[in-house]
Amino acid sequence: MLLSLNLNSLLNAMPGSIAQGLIWGIMAFGVFVTFRLLDFADLTVDGSMVTGGATAVMLIKAGVSPWIALLAAFAAGMAAGFVTGILHTAFGIPGILASILTQLSLYSINYNILGKAANQAISVNNYKLLASLRYVNSSGSDRIIFFAGLTAGIVILIAVLYWFFGTEIGQAIRATGCNESMARAQGINTNFIKVLALMISNGLVGMSGALYAQCQGAADVNMGRGAIVIGLAAVIIGEVLFGKLCEKRKLMFAWTLLSVAFGAVLYYIVYAVVIWLRMPSENMKLFSAAIVALFLSIPYLKGKYGKKGVKRNV
Amino acid sequence: MSEYMLEIQNVHKVFNAGTINEKIALDGVDIRLNKGDFVTIIGGNGAGKSTTLNAIAGVWQIDHGKIIINGTDVTKLSEHKRAPYLGRVFQDPMTGTAATMSIDENLAIAARRGRHRGLRWGVTKAERAKYREKLAQFGLGLEDRLTTKVGLLSGGQRQAITLLMASLMKPDLLLLDEHTAALDPKTAAKVLELSDKVIADNDLTAMMVTHNMKDAIAHGNRLIMMHEGRVIYDVTGEEKKNLHVSDLLRKFEEASGGEFANDRMMLAN
Repeated sequence: MLLSLNLNSLLNAMPGSIAQGLIWGIMAFGVFVTFRLLDFADLTVDGSMVTGGATAVMLIKAGVSPWIALLAAFAAGMAAGFVTGILHTAFGIPGILASILTQLSLYSINYNILGKAANQAISVNNYKLLASLRYVNSSGSDRIIFFAGLTAGIVILIAVLYWFFGTEIGQAIRATGCNESMARAQGINTNFIKVLALMISNGLVGMSGALYAQCQGAADVNMGRGAIVIGLAAVIIGEVLFGKLCEKRKLMFAWTLLSVAFGAVLYYIVYAVVIWLRMPSENMKLFSAAIVALFLSIPYLKGKYGKKGVKRNV
Repeated sequence: MSEYMLEIQNVHKVFNAGTINEKIALDGVDIRLNKGDFVTIIGGNGAGKSTTLNAIAGVWQIDHGKIIINGTDVTKLSEHKRAPYLGRVFQDPMTGTAATMSIDENLAIAARRGRHRGLRWGVTKAERAKYREKLAQFGLGLEDRLTTKVGLLSGGQRQAITLLMASLMKPDLLLLDEHTAALDPKTAAKVLELSDKVIADNDLTAMMVTHNMKDAIAHGNRLIMMHEGRVIYDVTGEEKKNLHVSDLLRKFEEASGGEFANDRMMLAN
């Protein structure tokens, strides 16, 4: 059976996988902000990914510049994060449940944004989209410009996030995620900080959704299903594979973000390989969940059965 | 401006009111601290020592009464809004610091207590030099490890950092909540020594909860004993200096009617 596999078809799938990985890498930055920095399992992203995509597609179709639409998608994502944050901080709903409530409500909202339709197609023939499979698969300069632009965009994003999380307010976010008692004792309004971090996170996710929808040529009300799992996969694959390399480096935070982007790309490369090995596509969600479960358990099992734990100076 | 640095007026707090676990934690606590007072607070388990400190810090709202710090009524203020007035060191060395952040970042966060946090860079070069100098005075070798993650430090080192954090922005009141209880005796003695130094150098008003009666007598200028949510003994000056552990034991037995033998205060001699 293996002989019947055509290596060329796998190679042909690679540019698409890498593009997808890079776009989801932006989404994974958002997941990194909540899951790692804020220590908040935010499931809003399954909805806000679509909100961003739907907002961007509808605006572009209405004649708005794709760049403005990208910013609007960021803002729409932020609004979603704001709702989760308020549900959690002002109304005392446990974080994960607050985010599920927002996620569920976003399904209806996204449906409405899409003009009461389950999806809206957008063709690169009619609009100058920022991302498209057409660019990815073109043999000419379009492909180079697209990949160069996307990579540059990610590098700029990493630089901005590096700067932001090094500022006073960024430090306050990290402190809140690490130790809320300490943060409050140092005068940090942890409720405000949580809402802010959720907004930034979902803004990034919305932006990623905008690019993803353009790349696929449509915004679909279901395109965010399981997004959190893919985002987590990227974060965790990045950490497990590159964590040691990032440690002790100057600009460690920037390297960590870069490894998250690599994690997303790797995830989609493995994904393509599994599809190429003829895994039926309806089984891919199972595959995604298994990957995340596997990589989440590695650090735990290492700690449990490894020879030495973390060294401490006593 | 009030003549007192701290005024606690008739403070009441009941936990789990109306349930089978109802616990009267504070039952009309009145404490007034003069500027520069260093009070040690002792008492058995559940006497209300740490609860009093938490009430001052605003960890939760009190049921009744008033708390005034240096003339400002903070009774209704949330925890983070009271933070500018307070320096706090906790029993658990993990509580006072952010483990995943470096020493200088932890200090920088504390240096901004009560200030607006904006988009300026989180730790400046000038600050680092200042922190290095202050840490050098502690004599723990931490001044060369500014970028070390606090999570890699020992409990004693973390308490020392928390002490420095509490005093960087000079607080009106320093709250030490059994901050040496989780440390081994030698480290506890060192942290106590540092506490005395920080309080003296910065001319702070301080409250220190402890289970150790010897420490309670040896440190500070005033001693308060609590029992069942009330202040039962408040002694200062010469009288406090001349106290012996046996005096405190007797006081305590009077108040508690002999149930004292079970208490872990006994072990703390």
